[in-house]
Amino acid sequence: MSLAHEQDLGTPAALGEPVTLTIDGRPVTVPAGTSVLRAAAIAGTSIPKLCATDSLEAFGSCRLCVVEIDGRPGTPASCTTPVAPGMAVRTQTPLLKRLRRNVMELYISDHPLDCLTCAANGDCELQDMAGAVGLREVRYGQAGENHLSLPCDESNPYFTFDPSKCIVCSRCVRACDEVQGTIALTVEGRGFASQIAPSEGTLFLSSECVSCGACVQACPTAALTEKTVIEAGQPERFEVTTCGYCGVGCTFKAELRGEELIRMTPWKEGKANHGHSCVKGRFAWGYATHKDRVLEPMIRASTTDPWRPVSWDEALSYAASEFARIEAKYGPHAIGGITSSRCTNEETYLVQKLIRARFGVNNVDTCARVCHSPTGYGLKTTFGTSAGTQDFDSVDECDVMVVIGANPTDGHPVFASRMKRRLRQGAKLIVIDPRRIDLVRTPHVEAAHHLALRPGTNVAVLTAMAHVIVTENLVDEAFVRERCDLEDFRAWSEFAARREHSPEATEGVTGVPAAELRAAARLYATGGNAAFYYGLGVTEHSQGSTAVMAIANLAMATGNIGRPGVGVNPLRGQNNVQGACDMGSFPHELTGYRHISDGAMRAAFEAAWGVAIDPEPGLRLPNMLDAAVAGRFKGLYIQGEDILQSDPNTQHVAAGLAAMECVVIHDLFLNETSNYGHVFLPGSTFLEKDGTFTNAERRIQRVRKVISPRNGYEDWQVTQRLSNALGYKMAYEHPSQIMDEIARLTPTFAGVSYDVLDREGSVQWPCNEKAPAGTPVMHMERFVRGLGKFVITEYVPTDEKIGPRFPLLLTTGRILSQYNVGAQTRRTDNVVWHHEDVLEIHPQDAEDRGVADGEWVLMASRVGTTTLRAHITDRVAPGVVYTTFHHPETQANVVTTEYSDWATNCPEYKVTAVQVSPSNGPSDWQARYEAMSARSRRSLARAEPAE
Amino acid sequence: MTRPDRLIYMANQIARFFAAQPGDPAAGVAAHLKSFWDPEMRDEIVAWRAAGGEGLDGVALEAVGRLKTASP
Repeated sequence: MSLAHEQDLGTPAALGEPVTLTIDGRPVTVPAGTSVLRAAAIAGTSIPKLCATDSLEAFGSCRLCVVEIDGRPGTPASCTTPVAPGMAVRTQTPLLKRLRRNVMELYISDHPLDCLTCAANGDCELQDMAGAVGLREVRYGQAGENHLSLPCDESNPYFTFDPSKCIVCSRCVRACDEVQGTIALTVEGRGFASQIAPSEGTLFLSSECVSCGACVQACPTAALTEKTVIEAGQPERFEVTTCGYCGVGCTFKAELRGEELIRMTPWKEGKANHGHSCVKGRFAWGYATHKDRVLEPMIRASTTDPWRPVSWDEALSYAASEFARIEAKYGPHAIGGITSSRCTNEETYLVQKLIRARFGVNNVDTCARVCHSPTGYGLKTTFGTSAGTQDFDSVDECDVMVVIGANPTDGHPVFASRMKRRLRQGAKLIVIDPRRIDLVRTPHVEAAHHLALRPGTNVAVLTAMAHVIVTENLVDEAFVRERCDLEDFRAWSEFAARREHSPEATEGVTGVPAAELRAAARLYATGGNAAFYYGLGVTEHSQGSTAVMAIANLAMATGNIGRPGVGVNPLRGQNNVQGACDMGSFPHELTGYRHISDGAMRAAFEAAWGVAIDPEPGLRLPNMLDAAVAGRFKGLYIQGEDILQSDPNTQHVAAGLAAMECVVIHDLFLNETSNYGHVFLPGSTFLEKDGTFTNAERRIQRVRKVISPRNGYEDWQVTQRLSNALGYKMAYEHPSQIMDEIARLTPTFAGVSYDVLDREGSVQWPCNEKAPAGTPVMHMERFVRGLGKFVITEYVPTDEKIGPRFPLLLTTGRILSQYNVGAQTRRTDNVVWHHEDVLEIHPQDAEDRGVADGEWVLMASRVGTTTLRAHITDRVAPGVVYTTFHHPETQANVVTTEYSDWATNCPEYKVTAVQVSPSNGPSDWQARYEAMSARSRRSLARAEPAE
Repeated sequence: MTRPDRLIYMANQIARFFAAQPGDPAAGVAAHLKSFWDPEMRDEIVAWRAAGGEGLDGVALEAVGRLKTASP
């Protein structure tokens, strides 16, 4: 249930030829296959219903939506009766009224009569239907057998299940099956004893339920209710906004009472999520009001001093004076900025503008450096632009999905549900991953092929697939001839056909059985519409960019590009990775991926900004840290990014930060990086500001201010004030003006404005004169670069080698309930699912080392050591260990190395040679770090009134 | 001068990619360095080459030789 009653047409839309019928004498024309219930709703007639809702297939259980149809016997359920030409339907007759009232009477006879004190009062379909059918009495009383004393399941931190209020309509079960695809709920028992049960009779918390909220959303009564609604009452207003978590970019209704956020419910009209959600976006927003939020600016001269709360004016003028001092002493090249993929397009645009316009340097980078920068390089080189090729809806027309280096059920859960739905319909799945991710085998889904490669061998596997496609004549020659550079293709096909690239020759390196790889390659090339979906398991390698280009090669060779159902789809980790990259956050390019050396483009910015722009690329984030250690880089403005916890080789990052003289942290919390900070500028959450995010499908969506910023300012305002303190004038009054400037300066955004976004809901760039409604699928007629470019992808083994000292390969990833460094999700009840990072280790490797499940182990690499608890599982192959990086106490990146992608310096997080041994608790380093961190976070009492 | 190990490693990585491509690999490496490396990093690797370029592989050595000093 939700506050905003979007029209519920009862059953899903159909796509058939037009059919005309009459409903209560009025003609209506709908597609064949439409239910009578839906046709009536379209015609403006609401037939009473309880078990039907238009996000789920018709079920025909409640018998409330019965109708009479001329010439047909009985009273069929309108939800399961399809329309027919000339059909005459009557929705209100004496018979129907009596039947419906009788049905409702039975429901109410076994339902608590506590409407006045019920959490769903005013938002209850059962209550609505009692009114709709004119129920005035319940003849059966409530003395008979009933379910009213059944205990309430309150185990889930976010919602309750009260079976006494359940009408067993199965909407929750069907939502879990059809929408989420987890199939965690069932109806246990028969007849009157029927009850909804998670995982056959356990509590919700201990069941397979993933807390996506689909069941709560579908429930027509108070049986499944958000705890926030129970505690705070029904919301009274809502704003539509975009989720601040992963790159799927779900649209939500933020429902409030006054300034109190009561709940987030997925927006049915959201074009990325179509009314679905995951546990993070739906429920994990409590961090916005967490006690750890820092709401006052703070400064300190040295990182060994305690923080001193000050006014905004003092903090900003201190930061400005320090940057000015550094500029005077070391030159402007000693200063830079980091934009965040968690911030809005407008905010990232302002940070890069500040660095470029005020300091005249291009030392600006973004956290996409450490995740999808190889996507930018690889897809720009092969196709001509740095973005995924499809929209999410494209998956509905996909016949073969290749999921490589991604774990969508954990990292991109709402899109994973779309994938699973398509797989249940019969699409085939190939998983290429060292780890047996959930998609490999999950209810009603099983991968046709799981290529469990050794970490670091993506390029060898993808090139072996190319070998099969070339040597077995599976190339789409017509597509290649028409759309691609033939000289490059010939060179590539000759390269791919070499014997040393065959699956048989590479099996020893990759660990993938040749026959399995050949079968997978054949399926990809011949199975119909085939699409790659990939994540950081592709990019975060020393050959990340090469792997992206290898994927692009395969898509072009098989003609799987340029139409719905196919393509190359990077699954972006954070909400605005795509947008941060689009906004000129990289040190070598301005907005829209145009190289800084482009004089005409630079001239347009120079005219708009009133300054000269440096034509040379600036420092990348890892280069900044190297330069800092070398003594050449001294000042850094970091907006919304915790580089100490998220970047590789923590001790190197710490050394770089410690070598700087002014580190300005602009964030919600005193994160790990702030241990090395000199100025702390409080940030605002996504609930507290206006702006836009751009998701993984290039979809630009509005972020709307739902509540006032608790820190006093939206982040774009803070950057603007910092710029003004530094002497570069900015005078935006609203982020829409920033977007207008972006649109004026960026051809792919030329048609984007807040008016357009408010009107259309969202648009996918390119959005301009040629594509005023945006571009769902790219490269339809031609590639952005003209002809598609095949690139030779020679496999180069990583220099991170296993050996006697470090015999295991560590690879890292994330889990459903937590988000990246956990700064947000660790401050929510999501910790009940994951309160610490653990090390997955194969039973054989555990036994060899005397490691037992749940015990502490020491994990050491050549750059550092950490300790964490072991989880023994055959989900990882022998020789491979896996962990997440959500908790600062563990700091998985203490052990990851500085090896990086050859083209972009994206760190090689996915391959680290380690040794694992039993331990008796946290390491000395962890103890030292904890003490240092506590010291660094000391804060003096506020000495003067707040501004 | 201090040996710029990190830059040497990065240049060799880039060279290894372009060595496999058709055409003039050193030109590819030089263009990449020009497009993506900060001028100070380029100056440093150019200076290292001028001092003998120890550690730079053949293609990288040739590519760095084609770079002009970026800073005035």
